[in-house]
Amino acid sequence: MKPLLEVRGLQKSFGGVRAVDRVSFALGEGEFLALIGPNGAGKSTCFNMVNGQLGADAGEVLLGGEAILGLAPRQIWRKGVGRTFQVAAIWGSLTVRENVQLALLSHAGEVFRFWRPAAERHRERALELLADVGMQAQAARPARELAYGDVKRVELAVALANEPRLLLMDEPTAGMAPRERNEIISLTKRLVRERGISVLFTEHSMDVVFAHADRIIVLARGQLIAEGDARAIQDDARVQEVYFGTGRSFRRPSA
Amino acid sequence: MNGLANASSLFFLSAGLSLIFGVTRIVNMAHGSLYMLGAYIAYTCATSLGGVLGFWGGVLATAAALALLGALIEIALLRRIYHAAELFQLLATFALVLLLSDVVAALWGVEDLLGPRAPGLRGSVEILGRQFPEYDLFLLVVGPVVLVGLHLLLTRTRWGTLVRAATQDRDMVAALGVDQAKLFTAVFALGAALAGLGGALETPRQPANLGMDLSALGDAFVVVVVGGMGSIPGAYVAALLIAEIKAICIGLGTQTIAGIPFNFSKLTLVAEFIVMAVVLIARPYGLLGRAQGMPRHAAAIQDPIEPAGRRARLLALAVLAALLCVPLLAKASPYTLVLGIDVLIAVLFAASLHFIAGPGGMHSFGHAAYFGLGCYGAGLLLKLAGFPMAGAIAAAPLVAALGAAIFGWFAVRLSGVYLAMLTLAFAQIVWAIVFQWEALTGGSNGVLGIWPTAPFNSAWVYYLLVLALTLAGVLAMRRILFSPFGYAMRAGRDSPLRAEATGIAVLKVHWIAFIIAGTVCGLAGALFAFAKGGISPETIHVSRSIDGLVMVLLGGMHELAGPLVGAPVFTLLQDSVMRQTPYWRGVLGVVILALVLVFPMGIAGTIAGWAKRVAR
Repeated sequence: MKPLLEVRGLQKSFGGVRAVDRVSFALGEGEFLALIGPNGAGKSTCFNMVNGQLGADAGEVLLGGEAILGLAPRQIWRKGVGRTFQVAAIWGSLTVRENVQLALLSHAGEVFRFWRPAAERHRERALELLADVGMQAQAARPARELAYGDVKRVELAVALANEPRLLLMDEPTAGMAPRERNEIISLTKRLVRERGISVLFTEHSMDVVFAHADRIIVLARGQLIAEGDARAIQDDARVQEVYFGTGRSFRRPSA
Repeated sequence: MNGLANASSLFFLSAGLSLIFGVTRIVNMAHGSLYMLGAYIAYTCATSLGGVLGFWGGVLATAAALALLGALIEIALLRRIYHAAELFQLLATFALVLLLSDVVAALWGVEDLLGPRAPGLRGSVEILGRQFPEYDLFLLVVGPVVLVGLHLLLTRTRWGTLVRAATQDRDMVAALGVDQAKLFTAVFALGAALAGLGGALETPRQPANLGMDLSALGDAFVVVVVGGMGSIPGAYVAALLIAEIKAICIGLGTQTIAGIPFNFSKLTLVAEFIVMAVVLIARPYGLLGRAQGMPRHAAAIQDPIEPAGRRARLLALAVLAALLCVPLLAKASPYTLVLGIDVLIAVLFAASLHFIAGPGGMHSFGHAAYFGLGCYGAGLLLKLAGFPMAGAIAAAPLVAALGAAIFGWFAVRLSGVYLAMLTLAFAQIVWAIVFQWEALTGGSNGVLGIWPTAPFNSAWVYYLLVLALTLAGVLAMRRILFSPFGYAMRAGRDSPLRAEATGIAVLKVHWIAFIIAGTVCGLAGALFAFAKGGISPETIHVSRSIDGLVMVLLGGMHELAGPLVGAPVFTLLQDSVMRQTPYWRGVLGVVILALVLVFPMGIAGTIAGWAKRVAR
């Protein structure tokens, strides 16, 4: 597989703490890659450097061979990287449809237009995207009234609006009940497969990770300690150690 | 040396403000008024009782009285608005400024009152060949003493620990079973007592006067922002810095730089605000401040805006028709036209403020700056550059736009209280330049003789011109809010994080919004100049910025129609109250308080709320 995203020797310290220590990995075209690790492992730091929210001390991030480290989040977005947040962020005072319309307007480079009303621009496309995530019926509602699970769906539609090559998802199922978790992750997987989008996501819920990820990379104390499919990760002695100390089994009941 | 002595009372004042802000997250606009009240009470004690008891006892009694008043204010007012939006808290405390100002005027009159010199410290000593008053030496010492005392109180006592904990995370402190209400009351009382003490100790040096509330407030803001909100040592360092800079400016007097005589003593006002602006830009949280934990309840997010329905359009047309008929009434009472022009200009001014404060989410406390730039822009272009009237009215908004572009570039980088302070500082810089650059602006005399040329020299024609331009301005801004740019403005306010991650350059969007608002505001200023025939620094005083905010809140921040309702109500109210009583400020203060406590959604907001309930 040709790598879409390549991370090489990424490094970041806060004070004296090496939050991310020479991390390197690659993400193939169309891959669904999970980044896991215990709290404080450096997942979010790593993630925020890839999407431009945080500067790195050293290292390289290449998207399709092009260096993107040091670019602002909105510039990285323009290169075809969508993103969702751990605490889903949408615009509360816009309606659900306007949320998606604004993302489409931004993608079309039409934000700095001051005169023609925006209400009819990209309306059909916005409704299609909302239909894709199952939110078409609520298109006219103010976004701030939505239940949290629905906010996540709208955020997904917003993130897909620029037809990204890569989607970065920070804990896509955080704060959701188990049934909703499976729904949103299955939905995400179906939508990205249809569109050929690659996904890098962080996640705490191991059921989600083991059931859905094509491949898993594990961080602990800022270092990459393991990489492989679900089976390999479950059997990895170092992964077991960082998650459980030593001794206890780390297998799914069905495995 | 003089600067050091000045620094002490400035420190008392600012330490109180900083402490109150740190714990309650309320910027107490009335802090300068408490300081003023302290000066007046101490004056009365010192003159009526006389002697050692009258002066020194009076100082202590003043601090006690102010502590009591502070506790009362906290219990009666602030407790009700801790969970209100920031802007409301600022306004409620500003209402106290108005109220206290008239209370002092009613009790003590409008004369300046200089207190007697302190008994026991009347002499002076010679230091480095200069005479230095003993009292100044005493002040110089008492500042650090109080600093150390406060520091020990905050770090060594249980109560101090609670206060520091509440400064960092008040929700967590409450969750641990601490009675927040009592803690807040005590902090507010302490802060008020410190302000009173500052005022009381200044009476032998400077006369107590009615203007000292706002000037003290301005100084205290600068000190607190420079030192870092909530930091007591920061307040001391900043008080020293500001007092010294002022003393140096005065000390330098007129110097010749590159052959041009330059009067530094006139720079005092500008200098302190420039220091503040520089610090805010370089270190947004002040010299010794840290980023504050944000209160957990974010301000309520607004409803989506909707295009006007049939009924709203009909209503708007009816109002427009009524406004077109106003000149017909003018035969009976010519004053109607004057008032009508005032109302329309107020609408344009308030609408431009609403544009950035509501959908843009940037609560500007210095919107008067752009009004003033428009005003003076038009006046000076007409008088000095020889522009015709039409040219001056067309060019003045561009002057304001330029100002908004410069100030806005900095302002959009801050948010919340810091944004409010920085915009206020910029407005004060403009005011100070206008006030002190007499050669260009005529100083306190202003610019006179700005009259419209024919055919606008008859009042009704000018009224129609103002109506047309106001309508154009309001409709243009409304249209922008429904455009893609308007969506981006609101998106940048709701979640800048998401907006940036969706390819929207939030700072640029808000900067442009700031410039648009400044331009429209400048137009309002230009129209004002021609309506009044002259302009003075009064036009751009901080009270105009506050009036604008009151208009916007009166109408309802969350309603597009808010400023259109709020500005006329406010202007008519001010006009009618002003003619009835000399204490109109006090009455206005009471009205604002009632508004904040009873109609937190504003008039248009309340009506819209009813309409929705009826519709259901």
